[in-house]
Amino acid sequence: MPVRTVVRRSYYRDSMVLMRVAEALRALPGVREAAALMGTPANHELLVSAGLATEETKDAVPGDLVIAIRADSDASAEAGLAEVERILTERRPTDAAAGRALPRTLESALRQMPDANLVAISVPGDYAKLEALRALRRGLHVFLFSDNVSLGDEIELKRAALERRVFCMGPDCGTAYINGVGLGFANVVPRGRVGYVAASGTGLQAVVSRVAALGEGVSHAIGVGGRDLSAEVGGIMTDLALEALAADPTTEAIVVISKPPAPAVVPKLETAIGRIAKPVVVCCLGARPAASGAGRWVATLDDAAESVVATLRGGAWAPRPFTDVPGVRARLARARTQAPRGATILGLYTGGTLAHEAGLVLEPLVGTTAYRLVDLGDDEFTRGRPHPMIDPEARAARVREAGQAAEVGVLLLDLVLGRAVHPDPATPLVAAVYDARRAAAAAGRAFVAIASVVGTDGDPQDLRRQIATLEGAGVEVLPSNAQAARFAALVIRPGLEAALLGGS
Amino acid sequence: MTVDIKAANREAIERLCRARPTWTGMTTAREALGLTGRTLLHSGPPIGWERMCPIMRGAVMCAIQFEGWATTPAEAERLAGSGEIAFAPCHSRGAVAPMAGVISAGTPLIVVEDRANGTSAWSFMGTGPGPQLRFGAHGPEALGRLAWNRDVLAPALQRVLEREGPLDLAAHMAQALAMGDEMHMRNAASTALLTKALAGPLAGVVPEATQLERILRFLTRDNDQFFLTWAMCAAKAAARAIEGIAGCTIVSTMARNGVEFGIRVAGLGDRWFTGPASVVAGSYFPGFTAADANRDVGDSAIMETYGLGGMAMAASPAVTRIVGAKSVTDAIETTRRMGEICVGRNAGFPIGTLDWEGTPTGIDIRKVVATGIVPAINTAIAHRDVGVARIIGAGISTPPLEPFVAALVACGDSFDAAGRA
Amino acid sequence: MSLALDQPLRVVNVGLELFASALEAAGVCVVHVDWRPPAGGPEVAALLARLDD
Repeated sequence: MPVRTVVRRSYYRDSMVLMRVAEALRALPGVREAAALMGTPANHELLVSAGLATEETKDAVPGDLVIAIRADSDASAEAGLAEVERILTERRPTDAAAGRALPRTLESALRQMPDANLVAISVPGDYAKLEALRALRRGLHVFLFSDNVSLGDEIELKRAALERRVFCMGPDCGTAYINGVGLGFANVVPRGRVGYVAASGTGLQAVVSRVAALGEGVSHAIGVGGRDLSAEVGGIMTDLALEALAADPTTEAIVVISKPPAPAVVPKLETAIGRIAKPVVVCCLGARPAASGAGRWVATLDDAAESVVATLRGGAWAPRPFTDVPGVRARLARARTQAPRGATILGLYTGGTLAHEAGLVLEPLVGTTAYRLVDLGDDEFTRGRPHPMIDPEARAARVREAGQAAEVGVLLLDLVLGRAVHPDPATPLVAAVYDARRAAAAAGRAFVAIASVVGTDGDPQDLRRQIATLEGAGVEVLPSNAQAARFAALVIRPGLEAALLGGS
Repeated sequence: MTVDIKAANREAIERLCRARPTWTGMTTAREALGLTGRTLLHSGPPIGWERMCPIMRGAVMCAIQFEGWATTPAEAERLAGSGEIAFAPCHSRGAVAPMAGVISAGTPLIVVEDRANGTSAWSFMGTGPGPQLRFGAHGPEALGRLAWNRDVLAPALQRVLEREGPLDLAAHMAQALAMGDEMHMRNAASTALLTKALAGPLAGVVPEATQLERILRFLTRDNDQFFLTWAMCAAKAAARAIEGIAGCTIVSTMARNGVEFGIRVAGLGDRWFTGPASVVAGSYFPGFTAADANRDVGDSAIMETYGLGGMAMAASPAVTRIVGAKSVTDAIETTRRMGEICVGRNAGFPIGTLDWEGTPTGIDIRKVVATGIVPAINTAIAHRDVGVARIIGAGISTPPLEPFVAALVACGDSFDAAGRA
Repeated sequence: MSLALDQPLRVVNVGLELFASALEAAGVCVVHVDWRPPAGGPEVAALLARLDD
């Protein structure tokens, strides 16, 4: 096999460059051996021993570049020489910024952005503490979306935050707002004068969205995670958040959203609320509403929204079962035209707080055996799977199954919009509802589908279109989750009409 | 034991960055390292004759003959395996040796002192192209070159020192960095600058013209890596300054013996943490392939320990071809990536392509373990066959992660960080 | 000490990239960290937390 050689006179490249050239040559099809060397005596010996020296190469001096290729064919050798030419003359774009790799740690991120003031953390729970500690130790606020963080670790994190007077929002905090900017799963709402301290998940989203629909915006919504008001954690972050909102000039009223606080924490909470000169509405789902005492305690999320708006506007407010009674009557009439159906309610929820609220509404109305509520965002369903607010498939599958279940007379759903959530959650849900209806119809059954939508006009999903999609599929859309649950109760217990709809 | 890791690491970076490595003398291992009896120092973490790779055995055989303890390779081999020879890492005596380097009592050494931190380090001088001890050669030619270094070169350099005084290596290296060297696999500029510094003085102290010519040709022909051992001493002297800082999680040593890769950590004293020496991904000279390659070997990873070599690759477009990518952008990315695992930046070694940002310095084992990014070590690749005993290519070595994890666990056992909320 | 709620948000995002995108869509300055779990899993993470400064 002949050797093809080329000598480039006075053409210096250092040995590393040339080694790479040779490598590239040898990788070409048909090339058996190749060399790219300066014409030094040592290199001449190398060429000879590799069988690559020729008449042409023997006169090369140290300043000359020798290219030698042994290939299967002339064509391959020529291709090799062309490749050498290409490599030696190519220029690469050198825009380091454009091609720059992402930072791998908080510390190197802070080199890029030294004035960062908040770290949003959504790594798996096993690693969340380390990342959160790093941020807190640098005096940065933390938004801690991660769950599966131990209670002990949560306490350590919150103490570290308290000591540095920064927020540790979470763990298990799905949503927050600072200066009106949403973090995590957040609805697009205007900046305004209502501040929140929230557990914080879809409960916060529901109230913030409803308040926006009523024409008021958010100043800050500080998430504290679901366990802050437990006896062990003792409300550390709730305290700090209330203090901050009390002092914040842009906040004129405060809403607290949570599960019921541990008995040991209640006095502390009431004392903290009592110190605040601004109106405070408290929605600790499952706690009995109190008319007197610190703050105004309400039973449901929509009550919290309506109550705080009414207070800001100086109006009176009282809770009511439905905001649009004639509308409900019309829906009820529609529902009653369905074929014989099952006697129970199945709630398939993506928002845990909403599922919890639905249960609180349903239990006194229909009794515990008449309904089953599934929170598909719960840990048991989300191990190794994305949250149902991001990936609707898990719930869609269950909706389809519901079509096969004879006992299901009512399907109760939530639909949550906002940034970071699925771009069009209504469509896959509705497709599943259609499939379920077909399956039920085949068995001579029907069910009523009821939903509420947590969202605002500013959300990327187009709120009106989402509602229209649901209604187009015959899903009854009620203005809030509590109302949707009450409507579900009405459908399976006609006897509740008088109590819930009154005489009008 | 409660320690302040942050303060310890900060102290270490200060010491590394203020280092003033200076060439101050010529000596022998007998004088400077207390090498008495039949002790041989080798590169990398501790290893005995039985487990040594063949080229290190070749180097040992070369050193034994150099000392006159044997007159043939076969005799040397017998002696080496007899148990009469004690082996220790160069690092155990403050010395460093590249590739399968071995230091014996009579080895002429350069002395580098860190004038800012008061530490010292030693290594031998390269012997130029052709058969070399560091690749396992142990025949007459390799021995002849060692003798020439001892009998001609070292004395000449000694006279240069006496005449000119010590040479500041820090400024020298910073200049070479700006000229495109990273000082591990590319020392063309640093060697040229050294030659520039030595040429005039040599002419003044070497009276015999042919001798002078021979020395100058040695320095200037096919010997671009000559400065490597000088750079290694500079790095070693600086690194010794951080050894023993309580609570410090910064790497004080990285070294390979062809079988194992090992690290030591400043706050953990003399303890070695080892893993298998890596197969180096690289480019090969014509006629050689990966099948011929020895595993990663040498103390030259001290360069990366000091923030040069692979850490400073952004300064050396010429060395980028070794990385396996063809662009300067990749070199810059490598240095940036190394920045993720280092605690500081050495403003004494500014890198032009990074707008004169200092080179990433102070490898923190916590960051290595947290990110999974291991130091990128630019290195020569040796032929594994002691009968061939030569360099066959160059590449980038990716050391194992396990030693860093083991060291981290040891830190956890030895000290608890202070300053907890 | 003020809790500094009035500063414009400048965020470092560690974890889900979709949160960084959402913040960018909202016009917030955000740097996304290419996070990976440490070798050796949760035990090593706990050790790193203990040795963090």
